[in-house]
Amino acid sequence: MSAPEATTALKAKFQQASDRASLDHPAVNVPAADAPAALACLRDEFGFDMLADLTAVDWSAAASPRFTVVYHLFSTARHDYVRVAADCPNDAEPSVPSVTSLWPGANWHEREVYDMFGIGFAGHPDLRRILMWDGYPHFPLRKEFPLSGIETPLPDVEVAAETHASVKPAPMMGGPFVASSGQINLGAAEPRGQDESWTEKHEKPE
Amino acid sequence: MNAAAEFDTEKMSLSMGPSHPSTHGVLRIQLELDGEIVTKADPVIGYLHRGDEKIAENMTYNQFVPYTDRLDYLAPLANNMAYAIAVERLAKLEVPARCQAIRVLTAEMARISAHLLGIGAYAIDVGAWTVFLYTFTEREKLYKLFEELTGARFTTSYTRIGGLMRDVPGGWIERVDAFCDQFLPLFEESLDLLTRNKIFTDRTQGIGVISREDAIAYGLTGPNLRASGVPLDLRKDKPYSGYEQYEFDIPVGTTGDCYDRYLTRAEEVRQAVRIIKQVVAKLPGGAWYAEDAKRIFAPRKDKILTSMEELIQNFMLVTEGPQMPAGEVYFEAENPKGALGFFIVSKGGGVPWRLKIRAPSFCNLSILPKVCVGAMVSDVVSILGSLDFVMGECDR
Repeated sequence: MSAPEATTALKAKFQQASDRASLDHPAVNVPAADAPAALACLRDEFGFDMLADLTAVDWSAAASPRFTVVYHLFSTARHDYVRVAADCPNDAEPSVPSVTSLWPGANWHEREVYDMFGIGFAGHPDLRRILMWDGYPHFPLRKEFPLSGIETPLPDVEVAAETHASVKPAPMMGGPFVASSGQINLGAAEPRGQDESWTEKHEKPE
Repeated sequence: MNAAAEFDTEKMSLSMGPSHPSTHGVLRIQLELDGEIVTKADPVIGYLHRGDEKIAENMTYNQFVPYTDRLDYLAPLANNMAYAIAVERLAKLEVPARCQAIRVLTAEMARISAHLLGIGAYAIDVGAWTVFLYTFTEREKLYKLFEELTGARFTTSYTRIGGLMRDVPGGWIERVDAFCDQFLPLFEESLDLLTRNKIFTDRTQGIGVISREDAIAYGLTGPNLRASGVPLDLRKDKPYSGYEQYEFDIPVGTTGDCYDRYLTRAEEVRQAVRIIKQVVAKLPGGAWYAEDAKRIFAPRKDKILTSMEELIQNFMLVTEGPQMPAGEVYFEAENPKGALGFFIVSKGGGVPWRLKIRAPSFCNLSILPKVCVGAMVSDVVSILGSLDFVMGECDR
């Protein structure tokens, strides 16, 4: 089944599924609770047998629903993509059902989304951080997390006790170019413009 | 006889990596061993995590091109192309035929370079040093060509949204052609050291078998998927950048073991040479950037300094970034390691709201806990080498 047919059939089968705006592949929104059933239907009945990608989008702390989990399925027979998106119902403690039982490959993807966004996956067999270390207190891809990072204790307590070191935010003065999506405030976009700790008259501090 | 019944045995925990020669970078695998047999393997990744996706949300589209070099740093030209096409799909830009052909040419050269390293390093992993020396000699020649084209051997940053950094220099195409002619016999010679080598086949045949179903279920792509018998190649099945014009075959394995993955890569190198030969033979003339891309490209420096219009345009590009429409696109390109995908969510403006990098090495490595169980410790080395992953891309 081709991708546009599949999304039409999916909407017929799941009453709450709706079209999603897309610039390329056919896309549908499904409620988070229906996501595993809809994906299983796409996989088993419509031939979208490969989970190409699983990720999430943070629409900013002010938005509700705040988090959307996005699945990209690929059909190895028809060579077509379908995008399925599920909004997380709870903004404070976002969670969607896991699809690891459909694709074992989803395991790492869901761990990554949990690690980066703090989105829980109900039914995941082993939901722990994957790119950051165990015990890391933040979710880096959330919009409120600053680009430079946040000061955090070292993962190894013994090393931290010995060295008194911690994970420091990256020094942002002098680059990189920082811009925000949509309207750009030039003063905020270029931190070098705000940095007055050194000028022609004062030496640059080490 | 079951030894465990007679003696007190306990399972041993072994941490392999993150700096182990066979882990090709900073991968760590927490192994649980029963004697020589692996009973559990838990890969620990993230040692090379740099937050590329976070960085992408804070810079304009063209500024992110150098970061794509550092994903699969063995094939930066292919990453550059995948990223550029993804953004062009967002901007609805059509690049001209010459630009497409040059991109295909460079991506296939990157494929040769990446597979040469993959095969050479794999040979070292299983105990054959010589092949590496041959393949690295050839890679060096490719790097010379890359340097001539882009000014950098490694971090090429060659594409721009809607075009390229520059056209190919004079005589370069002929030198690529000459490289291909001398390369193939040498490549066959280095493969002769492996393909029927008893030690090599003993270390690879029947080791790390991945079934067709598992390969699809774990989202494997690239040579690792095709070695398991799935004839899926996005260059053929979902053509981009004009790949449909070129004739080439898709090698497919039968058993999905380490040996098949090696053979698949070897054949892909030959097919890449075939594609390069075709591009060289009929490289189209004309512009190497899209006319519409002027709203994205920085104008030429001499124009900026002498013409008001170009000066204003340059100012707008630098301060606000190229203006993109709002929307969502997902594009996957067939890179040497597998399907490299970019999912871009734009709210308009010069900066992506969200840019997700679907790294093939990340997905390919996720099958390790399954494929390593029951293997010997030495087989783990063989399996890792045959999966041919890059941590720069896996950890992002």
